Amino acid sequence: MKVLEPKTLIIIPAFNEAVNIGDVVRDVKKNVPRADIVVVNDGSYDATASVARAQGVTVLSHPYNMGIGATMQTGYKYAKTKGYAIAVQVDADGQHPAEEIAHLIEPIVEGRADVVVGSRFLGKGAYRPSFARSAGMAFFSKLVSVIVKEKLTDTTSGFRAVGRPCIEYFSSHYPDDYPEVEALVLLHKKGFSIMEVPVKMAERAGGRSSITPVRSVYYMVKVLLAILVDMIKKWN
Amino acid sequence: MYLYQFFSIIGALILFGFVIDFIRRGLLKEKYSVLWLASAVVVLILSVKKQLLDTIARYLGVDYPPSLLFLVAFLFILLIILHFSVVISIFHEKNKILSQELTLLKNSLREAGVVPPDEEEEVKK
Repeated sequence: MKVLEPKTLIIIPAFNEAVNIGDVVRDVKKNVPRADIVVVNDGSYDATASVARAQGVTVLSHPYNMGIGATMQTGYKYAKTKGYAIAVQVDADGQHPAEEIAHLIEPIVEGRADVVVGSRFLGKGAYRPSFARSAGMAFFSKLVSVIVKEKLTDTTSGFRAVGRPCIEYFSSHYPDDYPEVEALVLLHKKGFSIMEVPVKMAERAGGRSSITPVRSVYYMVKVLLAILVDMIKKWN
Repeated sequence: MYLYQFFSIIGALILFGFVIDFIRRGLLKEKYSVLWLASAVVVLILSVKKQLLDTIARYLGVDYPPSLLFLVAFLFILLIILHFSVVISIFHEKNKILSQELTLLKNSLREAGVVPPDEEEEVKK
């Protein structure tokens, strides 16, 4: 990367991820040594905070479980106050390989995009979701592509990097739950440019995903409603 | 006076009395009592003035005027619940902002060399 490297913050939202968080932080430190790391602990019952703190990174602990949206937003608020130029979201479950972070940051450093999303479906890696899951993912990618008038392949990916203007926007507006898809629609509405880069992703290293069959139906309905509402919302 | 009028007048007066008492004792904010008081007053008026209830019922094509009282009360309840949903949403947002600021403040304390009280235990581990 360039000599004048912008101040970069890696935001890792974590809820009961004591099993994975240590490895994830080590992986990020090794691959992006010059970036700062903040773990946002969303009221975990386990040792997530102390495991992360043992790695010497900043840990922000919510007083109670507030959901992924509020957790990401706390990270963005921190990035805003501390004056970071770039923020990268990385999941605490080990799904997002840290060696890909450089590829996410690059287009922002070069001023080619405001938001860069790491896509699993652009030929890199061999991520194979179940049929139902991939159908849902494809549906949202198509829908969002139509709305933002740009071809997007992986709108549910939470592996993304954003520049300063988006950090500022997110610290005041961020969807509450299942925020990934909706955030893209909001960003488009605000006129930010969105770009995808191919990344490979791993299966979860340990623990369990928060998405169950019943929740996935709720997910579909909630996200769909949120998108429709966003398009007619006044206050954004 | 019909018997139903007697009961709905008593009901409206009890509701009105309770709401006023709650405000007086500081259990209910004036802000959240307006819709309750309005519903008590409207039901009271419609119960006392039978001709008014009958006229409106006839105009709306309601054959049995007392059932209009139920409709009015039901609409008020819907309105009150909707109002509460809005209030809850506002509280949710404010609560979130408050907690996020608390989270960032705790970190500022830590940066200043003070371990926030509720995290001492965690550090000892």
